[in-house]
Amino acid sequence: MNTNTTHTGFTLNGEHSGRSTPVQRLKIVALSLLTLLCLTLSSSLWAAEETSDAENRVKGNFAGAGYWREVSDGTEGYTTSKGREHGQLINVSGETWRQWRNRWISPGGLIAIGGSISVLLLTYLILGPMRLDKPRTGRKIERWNPTDRTLHWFVAITFLALAFSGIIIMYGKHFIPDLFGYSFWKGTIAFCKLVHNYIGPIFSVGLIVMLLRWLKNNFFTRTDITWFLQGGGLIGNKHPSAGFMNGGEKGWYWALFFIGSAVVASGFVLDFPIFGQVRDTMQWANLIHGGASLLLFAISLGHIYIGTVGAEGALEGMTTGYVDETWAKQHHDLWYEDVKDQAVDEKDVR
Amino acid sequence: MAKMKFLCDSERCIECNGCVTACKNANETEWGIQRRRVVTLDDGEPSETSISVACMHCTDAPCMAVCPTDCFYQTDDGIVLHDKDLCIGCGYCLFACPFGAPQFPQEEAFGERGKMDKCTFCAGGPEEDPVVEKEKYGANRIAQGKLPLCAEMCSTKALLAGDAQVVSDIFRERVVYRGHKDGAWSSLEGNSAPGEMSPEEMAVRAEAFATDATFASNNTSDIIAKA
Repeated sequence: MNTNTTHTGFTLNGEHSGRSTPVQRLKIVALSLLTLLCLTLSSSLWAAEETSDAENRVKGNFAGAGYWREVSDGTEGYTTSKGREHGQLINVSGETWRQWRNRWISPGGLIAIGGSISVLLLTYLILGPMRLDKPRTGRKIERWNPTDRTLHWFVAITFLALAFSGIIIMYGKHFIPDLFGYSFWKGTIAFCKLVHNYIGPIFSVGLIVMLLRWLKNNFFTRTDITWFLQGGGLIGNKHPSAGFMNGGEKGWYWALFFIGSAVVASGFVLDFPIFGQVRDTMQWANLIHGGASLLLFAISLGHIYIGTVGAEGALEGMTTGYVDETWAKQHHDLWYEDVKDQAVDEKDVR
Repeated sequence: MAKMKFLCDSERCIECNGCVTACKNANETEWGIQRRRVVTLDDGEPSETSISVACMHCTDAPCMAVCPTDCFYQTDDGIVLHDKDLCIGCGYCLFACPFGAPQFPQEEAFGERGKMDKCTFCAGGPEEDPVVEKEKYGANRIAQGKLPLCAEMCSTKALLAGDAQVVSDIFRERVVYRGHKDGAWSSLEGNSAPGEMSPEEMAVRAEAFATDATFASNNTSDIIAKA
């Protein structure tokens, strides 16, 4: 009650004092003195009923703490703007997303990729590539038929296109404009975005078909446990047994299966903003997409290393479709036992 | 150097949408793009409060921090502008912006959004030719020594634009005349609500108002205007 006098009293006094008489002025002075008196005398009594009173006034008159709380909670108001989420004054999660993306995902990706490259480089320098134990027999076994190879290279090429365009989208701005200038950067980043947005769905289709086609070969068995326990041949001097796919290959398959699916799903959300996705959805999708794809790329470097320089005789399986008997015996002995009667002479392959 | 800021006084905003119209007219933005909007919370209730919002030209702008092309830049006046030639329409600025300021002319499959558009504080953009600049980015009133049209045309002077120091001085003065410690937009809980002031403080203020009102009898309209 007292506070009402203080606050509204001011306006009333102002309105009246324009044509105030000495009597009115006296009244004002008396009123303020009365207020003072009340305030000093009844402070404890007054404090009890104050809260609700103040809250009401804050709601009615002043956009105070309560209003601010409502705004920062993202309460939707009324607006004439037809823009999506324009009824919301402040979206607080944007800043959270920014911090997660710039402080964790961005450096985290660099650490993952850099770590992966370092490990592979050290492996190459210290252990060197895995050579074939025995000379080639000259007899070949078909490992990947043309459909498998087409599928593999289709996914591989689109994967690399997406990886490099994605890396430029994530990190390019920190070095490309400085090194190559504005015009080059303008063209590059626009191209990368197009590559990412249009190749992405094509890659997804390839990946899904590939994963389904190769699913039956990739369930873990007891053999794989031994394979992992021996570090794929790194621990001990005996090469562990393996069927058509060894433990490492299966591991890569399931990484593609789970992480790849996360990348594809979140990428779909980001690439097709036609379903009314709100900003919060996009923020989540972006974090999942960035984190998962950087992790997947870091892992893929291991696959690329073993497939090319890491293991002698492995690449030809995916390029020509045929592997040498020696390679099959060394890396996939159980599979070799099954198919050794299908071996053909080198001359018949071409 | 000035730091340009907007401030919308929620006590004064009457949701007339004059700023929205002024903005649209000054910048002739594309169909569907509305750089400024008025949001009313608790519409139709006693606590109804309206705020006009657009790009707030943040000093530590999230859009700038997340843009993969680095197309944003801050002018010497602290105005956040962007280069539409560099923009790829990825939408990151929109995800990061707390105010929903960045907008895109399209929203199609394969992330086709077109070039981002947002309030420029009526400062145009990075384009030499004024005709092209106007077409691409809207008005450059700052170059003419004028403030954004939204604030200039605000009928109740709720929307203030200009140097942060000047804007906050004006607002602070209003708050003082209103007799509220923090006025609008206070996040300082504990001190903000008048009911939470100490009785002594209340008393001092009450006296101050009474004195003010008495002495300003020749100048009443001024006090009301200031509040």
